[in-house]
Amino acid sequence: MPTQSNLASSTAQVRAYAPTADLNVSSPPSQREKARPHAAASQRDLRTEPGPIRFLIIALAVIFLTVFVVLPLVVVFASAFSRGITAYFAALSEPEALSAIRLTLLIAAISVSLNLIFGVIAAWAISKFDFAGKTFLITLIDLPFSVSPVISGLVFVLLFGAQGFFGTWLQAHNIHILFAVPGIALATIFVTFPFVARSLIPLMQEQGTQEEEAAISLGASGLQTFFRVTLPNIKWGLLYGVLLCNARAMGEFGAVSVVSGHIRGETNTMPLLVEILYNEYQFVASFAIASLLAMLALITLIVKTILERRLDEGQIVSDD
Amino acid sequence: MSVTIEVRNIVKKFGDFTALDNVSLKVGDGELLALLGPSGSGKTTLLRIIAGLDWPEAGEVTIDGEDALGRGASERHVGFVFQHYALFRHMTVFENVAFGLRVQPRAIRKDEQAIRARVKELLDLVQLDWLSDRYPSQLSGGQRQRIALARALAIEPRILLLDEPFGALDAKVRKELRQWLRSLHQEIHVTSIFVTHDQEEALEVANRVVVMDKGRIEQIGTPGEVYDNPATAFVHGFIGESIVLPVDVSDGAVRLGGKPLNIAANGAAPGASKLFVRRHDMQIGPAGGGSLEGAVRRVRSFGPIQRAEVALADSEGKTVIEIDAPRDRELQAGEIISLEPRRYRIFAA
Repeated sequence: MPTQSNLASSTAQVRAYAPTADLNVSSPPSQREKARPHAAASQRDLRTEPGPIRFLIIALAVIFLTVFVVLPLVVVFASAFSRGITAYFAALSEPEALSAIRLTLLIAAISVSLNLIFGVIAAWAISKFDFAGKTFLITLIDLPFSVSPVISGLVFVLLFGAQGFFGTWLQAHNIHILFAVPGIALATIFVTFPFVARSLIPLMQEQGTQEEEAAISLGASGLQTFFRVTLPNIKWGLLYGVLLCNARAMGEFGAVSVVSGHIRGETNTMPLLVEILYNEYQFVASFAIASLLAMLALITLIVKTILERRLDEGQIVSDD
Repeated sequence: MSVTIEVRNIVKKFGDFTALDNVSLKVGDGELLALLGPSGSGKTTLLRIIAGLDWPEAGEVTIDGEDALGRGASERHVGFVFQHYALFRHMTVFENVAFGLRVQPRAIRKDEQAIRARVKELLDLVQLDWLSDRYPSQLSGGQRQRIALARALAIEPRILLLDEPFGALDAKVRKELRQWLRSLHQEIHVTSIFVTHDQEEALEVANRVVVMDKGRIEQIGTPGEVYDNPATAFVHGFIGESIVLPVDVSDGAVRLGGKPLNIAANGAAPGASKLFVRRHDMQIGPAGGGSLEGAVRRVRSFGPIQRAEVALADSEGKTVIEIDAPRDRELQAGEIISLEPRRYRIFAA
């Protein structure tokens, strides 16, 4: 069993992908300034807090964000480049690093594309049909979010491990799931399953089935209806779900750590490699990989903001 | 083109609720038929069953003599206009109208040039060709309605079904679109059924009206027939404004609160009944000159009529009815008048 020996390293790694989760830091709008009535200069606007208190609250928020989000990000990049740009790129072109990047991309590609299909199907079933056990299904979709990732990984060990349910059979047929790509993919798929389905269900419920019915009455087949009507209507929500799913798939540590086996150059993903390198005091290499993950987080954040704006526009259009 | 629709013994249930209870209906070639009824009467369900968007538990539907229930909605060649239009929000007006032509099987699909010509023709027909590059969200309600109609007509449907076509529009636009639909139907002459809860709309637009209530058909007839000769108490109450009085029928006499009225029972069955009189079918006379007597409480005059609230004397002023009288005899509040039903119907209570 692999253990999470070094807490410090996993913190650095957590930092790297934390911003992609639910840190919805929207700045408070400055509408108050515009809305201020023509009151006497001495009179305080009673609809808001007094100036000093306002300043204090804003300052607290800024300090908190600086210490817990900005500073760690700066540290990641500073440590990565502490021996110069050559050492940074040398660390990234190590065979182990390249193998970890390749594996991470492969796992993300597998789990995102499968979850894309599963997510659309699940959202479709939930939003367009009525059936018994629907509420139960919605709860099940949320399960991976509420279970600790370590447990998610452990489940697959219990199923496919040497002592697990299918362990003997798998060994007899020489099929490797645990400590190999299939196991890592399975654990990642499990952990990232809710993203696509969750981002689609409210959207599809709101849109209803009228446009699909219209398409069918105009002679469209089921596939034509899906690709010409349903998919274009959900595309921004779908991209949003895929983006979050991808960020989590690339950054997942706990579940993957349990099933990976940490075979160097073979089953180490980028987050796992960050920890291993850190534990071996290869700080530059460790933070170089971590900086890639941090960049992924930043890109995700930017794209997420753009997509959210698109989704809001779509909402306005569909409102009337 | 001669397309008829026949619906036989249709039963449709949603759980315990019977939406359609043994409904049968024949629609002739080129008709413009209204399904009229209050909400929950099953009219939209019947329309959706004909279109193939809902399936009945029992019964038959034939379109043009062919069994329709054996085919899905996409194979029925039925034009359907949805209550909230259901325009494809991510497509331009042009692409919305072209949709039905673009999804046709390759073997019979028109080429791009022919599709463009056909869409242009349809947009001209609904007088909205100048909107072809807009998106549905940029259109007014009335414009969306007409685009939805153009889209449905693009596939040259055998029949046209419209669900509450004017329901979501404001009163003025609604009036204009009614006349427009009527003249459009005369032009293209497709057998059409539309659903409405608005009796005025049904009477004005349709050449036959089917009145429905609680999943059953109450009456089928021309607008004149359903208005002048309502078959049931429900139809009389639902179409046009009616005065309803509880009466008792015995030995061919009609009594209100024990006092006989000067009207014949016209073969109504003995027992507790309801007397239905249209507001304008009450003859007004001087006090003591008719079956009913009452005090005028309030008079409002507009246009050619005056509408008066009259408290009936026999009920000790508890029953107040509204009558419409021509302006040639001005009524005054407080005046005692007599009333005599000129035309009336009696239905068992």
